[in-house]
Amino acid sequence: MVESHSDRTFKVLSHVIMVILSLVAVIPILLLVICSFTDNSTLLTNGYSFFPAKLSLENYAYILENSSKIFRAYGVSIVLTATGTVLGTAITILLGYGLSKKDLPGNKAISFILILTLLFNGGLVPTYMVYTNTLHVKNTFWGLLLPSLLMNGFNVILVKSYFVTSVPDEILEAAEIDGATEYQKFIRIAFPMAVPIVATIALFTGIGYWNDWNNGYIYISTKTDLYSIQNLLNRMQENLQFLTSNSTGVASYSNGITEIPSEGVRMAIAVLGMLPIMVVYPWLQRFFIQGITLGGVKG
Amino acid sequence: MNEVNAPVQSGCSVNKRRKLLKRIKKFIPIYIMMLPGLIYLLFNNLLPLPGLIVAFKKYNVRYGIYGSPWCGLQNFKYLFANDAFYITRNTILYNAAFIIINTTLSIAIAIILSEMGGRLKKLYQSAILLPYLLSTVILSYLVYAFLSTEQGLINRIIESFGGEAIAWYSTAKYWPFILIFVNAWKNVGYTCIVYLATIMGFDRTLYEAAAIDGASKWQQIRSITIPMLRNMVIMMTLLNIGRIMYSDFGLFYQVPKNSGALFSVTNTIDTYVYRGLLENNSIDTSAAAGFYQSIVGFVLVLGSNLIVRRKDPDSALF
Repeated sequence: MVESHSDRTFKVLSHVIMVILSLVAVIPILLLVICSFTDNSTLLTNGYSFFPAKLSLENYAYILENSSKIFRAYGVSIVLTATGTVLGTAITILLGYGLSKKDLPGNKAISFILILTLLFNGGLVPTYMVYTNTLHVKNTFWGLLLPSLLMNGFNVILVKSYFVTSVPDEILEAAEIDGATEYQKFIRIAFPMAVPIVATIALFTGIGYWNDWNNGYIYISTKTDLYSIQNLLNRMQENLQFLTSNSTGVASYSNGITEIPSEGVRMAIAVLGMLPIMVVYPWLQRFFIQGITLGGVKG
Repeated sequence: MNEVNAPVQSGCSVNKRRKLLKRIKKFIPIYIMMLPGLIYLLFNNLLPLPGLIVAFKKYNVRYGIYGSPWCGLQNFKYLFANDAFYITRNTILYNAAFIIINTTLSIAIAIILSEMGGRLKKLYQSAILLPYLLSTVILSYLVYAFLSTEQGLINRIIESFGGEAIAWYSTAKYWPFILIFVNAWKNVGYTCIVYLATIMGFDRTLYEAAAIDGASKWQQIRSITIPMLRNMVIMMTLLNIGRIMYSDFGLFYQVPKNSGALFSVTNTIDTYVYRGLLENNSIDTSAAAGFYQSIVGFVLVLGSNLIVRRKDPDSALF
């Protein structure tokens, strides 16, 4: 069919709009990256710019020299993301699998509790008190891990309906007749069939943990060794000297480092903070879009 | 549906109970699998609930929630005499603006993308989704690169045109626009994919038929895509209204860098509760605000869901 004049205009206009919007989305991130490679005095005198007069690697060199705190925070983020993803995904999948059994005694009661907790929660004050006074997670690794372990309760419902619609009862029953136990049915049959939803939930949980600064901000107050990279970045924004002071809060000017970390250094750490996500993004993008489509409406 | 809940006839109750016990026994491995999740729900979600009563108490750390003396509605009186109005106004108005602007933008972009194909579409999609994956801390760094008074890109541009630098982080009047822009920048990519998936699910033969009848792309969008999206938009909006008492804590706390000069336009219920609990040591008012948020939020989410369920049971949350 021949394209009409107005359809051509529509096509061209669409691409123009999308190119502009894509640039708007990407350019601020690019600015951050460019600034992290900008010479410090250039940044101070000329300000943030897409075309800095002088490029330099000094910010990254500084990070390498003063690495202990940054690497430590990076390590915390990696360990946290790994444990949080594995535990959070496992708990979500197992709970959803159980709820997918219609004839499970107590199913209705458990579903009711789950939905109730989604709709009505105590909010920050009582939750904080349970975590600090009853569970004593303040200033421990648990404080980073536990409060968002079940990242989003809707995921459980998502998993449940995935098992209901995509893993037919007949297959599980057939396995049962062949003598498979409940564990075997789950591990050998249901779980392998649920890989797409497992991958999606793991991905979103992982991103959530990597990006989380809230738990650290609330539950890590004095033990700064436990800062994740996000908390370190946050702390540096509040307190410019933080990187050069030691963990007890007394400034130490060893190794001849007297200046406080410059804006460029902070931008470089921010780049390191988003690096893992930028690296995996192109490979895992398919799962992102799939995941949003699956659970999107309920966000 | 579930025969456990069926009325138990007295004559065969023993038999039924035995059957139930047998079924419970069969499902023991399943219960064990669910146990970690159930324990987590107990501690994370149920245990804090009784703590809501702290809103009616004069909290004293030494006595804890349950030992502290009652004080009736005193905390609420204080809250409503002082801050309740403006934090509620901020929360609701920002959410309303976010709903309107994000929905409009997302639908527009989704429609444009739905008419495209191939590699470019994928590329655009990846680009606009990218901001959604950044942490709020990084987001605040990005905003700072633009708005820093001394080195910020925007002030540099203003100055190069001979204008005067603006102290962004202490001038409240700009922040509603900044926050609405930042929120759209971060979230539109996400919402857009939700709408795009819906549009891609529409029956393509409708469009083919329209094209044969000589309808232009623009006409097809106006008389097919938009009317068919209507229900979805209503659902999404209702669900968002159900959450209108809640806000993205990081957006309102991190991005304005917790600047006191901006509180009048950046303080939402969530940031207010946080500051009361951990910064200004006014746990009583903070708890009252949290209680108020939980209750009103609950009523709204129930109400909006009730309407959604009546219109389209599949979109309902429960």
